[in-house]
Amino acid sequence: MTGAPAEAAKAADSGLKLRSTNLNFYYGSFHALHGISLDVHNNKVTAFIGPSGCGKSTFLRTLNRMNETIKGSRAEGEILLDNENILEMEVSHLRRRVGMVFQRPNPFPKSIFDNIAYGPRINSMGRRGDMAERVERSLRRAALWEEVKDKLHKSAFDLSGGQQQRLCIARALAVDPEVLLLDEPCSALDPIATAKIEELLFQIKDACTIVIVTHNMQQAARVADYTGFFLMGKLMEFDTTEVMFKTPKVKATEDYITGRFG
Amino acid sequence: MKLSFRRKATNGIMLTLTGVCTVLAVGMLFFILGYMFVEGGFSLSWDFFTKLPVPVGEMGGGMANALLGSAKVLLLATCIGVPIGFLAGVYLAEYAGGAYASVIRFVTDLLNGVPSIVIGIFVYTLIVARAGFSTYSGGIALGIMMIPIALRSTEEFLKSVPTSLREGAMALGATKSRTIATVVVPAAMRGLISGMMLNLARVAGETAPLLFTAFGNQFWSPGWKQPTATLPVMIYNYAVAPYPDWHRQAWAAGFVLLTLVLLINITARSIVARGLHKAR
Repeated sequence: MTGAPAEAAKAADSGLKLRSTNLNFYYGSFHALHGISLDVHNNKVTAFIGPSGCGKSTFLRTLNRMNETIKGSRAEGEILLDNENILEMEVSHLRRRVGMVFQRPNPFPKSIFDNIAYGPRINSMGRRGDMAERVERSLRRAALWEEVKDKLHKSAFDLSGGQQQRLCIARALAVDPEVLLLDEPCSALDPIATAKIEELLFQIKDACTIVIVTHNMQQAARVADYTGFFLMGKLMEFDTTEVMFKTPKVKATEDYITGRFG
Repeated sequence: MKLSFRRKATNGIMLTLTGVCTVLAVGMLFFILGYMFVEGGFSLSWDFFTKLPVPVGEMGGGMANALLGSAKVLLLATCIGVPIGFLAGVYLAEYAGGAYASVIRFVTDLLNGVPSIVIGIFVYTLIVARAGFSTYSGGIALGIMMIPIALRSTEEFLKSVPTSLREGAMALGATKSRTIATVVVPAAMRGLISGMMLNLARVAGETAPLLFTAFGNQFWSPGWKQPTATLPVMIYNYAVAPYPDWHRQAWAAGFVLLTLVLLINITARSIVARGLHKAR
């Protein structure tokens, strides 16, 4: 406890964006996460892998407190975003800074333009005149601008699944988040759409820190700088992706990565 | 061989029986509609929609006052029933939890089950007995009848909005109330509007509560404080009167009322159908 401010200062200095310390999470009486401690580095892609139900999505959803909507859920411990404990922050402020993209594309039943403008509008960002510019910038960052620039006022449902997911990424980017969480963003997409999204992650990591949960180990190997392996609510191993995939220190990681279970 | 014949016969009988009953069920609407037109079509003219009723013995006349009266009563009923039902429905769907929600649902269903004549007597005792028969008391009676359905249909349509949309909005920093106002309600809008229209169509034909409240009037009813003619009550009064000409007028009014209700129904359903098509 005494070392908290010093720790926080260290976190900011060393290029850490998020620092989770001994995080426990409960759904009612079910203990879903056991003492998770890990650091997420600034402007890097961090991936979480592990079998279904291992807690990787739960952990991701604690990073923007999305789990709070579930009755009886409870988080204990500390997660620092820069120097602030997110568990004590004002939640809508936190979610503005830590954006999220979900497993299935979830565009609003509005026009493409209004989907992107939604976040800036509710957060009162920018003036009316700037909105078109902000929408264009967000769509460009999500590599979707060229495909939709002539139909901005058409329904977002007219887009293909892959385009819808990039729209959701653009929507999240429109509020200039510092961290972007992606919860298996490609699991509902075909390989070509998946490749487009992976490519775009490389481009956006210059401006924001990315945390991605994936079922697909090749995807983690391709996109992530750091990888964490979860098993039964515990973080088994966390290291650079290279170490994790070439010389894992924990037997369970090696077994999972080489396909012996999972 | 014999067994096979029995099976085939049973099959044939059942198919015929169910088929005939289906034709009866579906044909009933067209039978009613056609019968009304045959009986009342003769009295349907421009005059029916523009003229006041005429005294007994005179031919012709119309029910313009009843059409306007019904419109006014239904407008007021909508202004009372829809906002209360809608907002309570939002509360039930989005905020109330567990046992509490079940209690609200149960009580609402009970209110929905209250016979319309009882609601008529209730409004009569509370308002009419003091202030006299009036347009607004009729609106209040029908408004009360609209509340439970408005509430439950709001709840149903809001609940059908996928959680993923709510999460999408909240992940952008929207508060719960903001999410409801800017994402959930707009996403459910088509359903909500059609639900309210069906609700309106349902109470448009209510007669019993209006007998005690709006009462009836052979003349125009300016403002809200005088008794007013309404289509259902007019139909009742004309149908029980001993004059053949009035009977024809009653049939004509029934035909008009039924057509309006059907039109509202069809419009409401096409709104939902178009919404489904678009969401795909």
